[in-house]
Amino acid sequence: MRSSSTRACEGVLTIGPRNGEASADPGRLEAHRAIEAIWRIESARLIAGLARVVGDIGTAEELAQDALVAALEQWPTEGVPERPGAWLMGTAKHRAIDLIRRRNTLARKHEEIGRDIERAQEGWDLDAAIDEEVGDDLLGLIFTACHPVLSKDARVALTLRVLGGLTTEEIARAFLVPVSTIGQRIVRAKRTLVEAHVRFEVPGGAERGARLASVLEVIYLIFNEGYSATAGRDWVRPALCEEALRLGRILAELAPAESEVHGLVALMEIQASRLGARVGPSGDPVLLLDQDRARWDRLLIRRGLAALERAEMLRGALGPYGLQAAIAACHARATTAAETDWARIVALYDAVAQLTPSPVIELNRAVAVGMAFGPAAGLDLVDALVAEPSLMSYHLLPAVRGDLLRKLGRSEEARAEFERAASLTENVPERELLQRRAAECAAERMAG
Amino acid sequence: MRVLIMAKEGEQTEAASPPTPEAMEEYQKFNEELVKAAVVLEAGRLYPSSQGKRVRFDGKKRTVIDGPFAETKELVAGYWLWQVRSIDEALEWLKRAPYDGGTFEVREVVEYEGM
Repeated sequence: MRSSSTRACEGVLTIGPRNGEASADPGRLEAHRAIEAIWRIESARLIAGLARVVGDIGTAEELAQDALVAALEQWPTEGVPERPGAWLMGTAKHRAIDLIRRRNTLARKHEEIGRDIERAQEGWDLDAAIDEEVGDDLLGLIFTACHPVLSKDARVALTLRVLGGLTTEEIARAFLVPVSTIGQRIVRAKRTLVEAHVRFEVPGGAERGARLASVLEVIYLIFNEGYSATAGRDWVRPALCEEALRLGRILAELAPAESEVHGLVALMEIQASRLGARVGPSGDPVLLLDQDRARWDRLLIRRGLAALERAEMLRGALGPYGLQAAIAACHARATTAAETDWARIVALYDAVAQLTPSPVIELNRAVAVGMAFGPAAGLDLVDALVAEPSLMSYHLLPAVRGDLLRKLGRSEEARAEFERAASLTENVPERELLQRRAAECAAERMAG
Repeated sequence: MRVLIMAKEGEQTEAASPPTPEAMEEYQKFNEELVKAAVVLEAGRLYPSSQGKRVRFDGKKRTVIDGPFAETKELVAGYWLWQVRSIDEALEWLKRAPYDGGTFEVREVVEYEGM
């Protein structure tokens, strides 16, 4: 059932001032900017509180957007209220009550007994229900937006939308896909959640582990899209990393007993500490071992190591994210690349491979083995992966192989591998880096 | 983006008696909200400027000056480092702080140069 409140749905709404308005009235512009900022702060809590009451996040978001429309109409002339969050919630609450009344009337007509009616009969107090503690709601919203019934793409888009407060346009821009694609993805995701009768709740018991893994996967996907963009002209997109970090940190506050949440936060903090160092003066990528470590962000490293410590204190053995954070920490602790404890990194990769065996982990392990025990040992492991079907078009396989071959003085083979790697990546700066490596190998061959 | 929030206080408040338990509690509540929203990266309070020093540079010459710095109207008494998505977001958070006096300066930190 659709309510009359669908007019503001699916992010067609633009928060910024309309054309001409801004220049005419700086006061209005200021109000619009304030509203945009307040929306970013409040929207997730607003949607979460409403979703618990109305049962689905699609309707909750529409109600929240309606409150936003009301704010856009009133605040520029009447001024921003003293407690804007409470104002938005109050406005949305009225609309939620209207909606539930209409639903009840309709349900009675159709002799359907829905949860609204049951609740009304129990003397359920909607007002009080909306005002309850929001912590669990927010957690419920995260779990619902990242529900495994949704595709990965859908989970990412919905999470950025309802938890990040991003508009459809902003998400589309971040992922370099058409606005309509993201719009449809979000509409379909909401519909899927309704059709699958996904309950708005914080899962417990046996289900919790798998559901949490799905949440962590979404957050790390967002981070990685920012950290090493899969496509496009930018090598990194820090805003996506920051958003993923923000979500991770919020989750760590909401679910402090989950070791893997702290593990993921630690991993992202430490990786993000290198953001400034992994881009050269002209936007070209600088790989880990070539980075100027003085440019690593000490604050993020410190935060990352603290989060890793929390993960380690919570459970005897680290999970996959905690282990990857521990690997990242090995790099963070080394003052120079030469001081890196590669033997420990190999041991940590062994542990990761045991928990979550995958060809990509094997490839990473091969790199560490190459550093710890020499390029020949690393190459043996990489050669065993060449026939692996899932790595057929993975550009880092030939890139790693090229690197090891080059160290062994097999320049011609290395050049071919770098060229193959360059042809496999969609990221422009990364392709250029690989082409440069290929050219260097060719030059070495000439010289040798 | 990262912003540095500097809490500036006059010489009077700098030396004033410690805040009441109620004020402290309100401040704690606000700070917890900031932490839950993943806004705070770092926070700190400073000892009064009477315990501070200044180093003045003049060519090769360095002069150490002892506090308090009476000639300054506003002194930094504390700071926050926040992670926000815009200056406006920082302002909206800051407006919610339970203070009834003082001036807070909001400055964006330079990051990702050349990116």
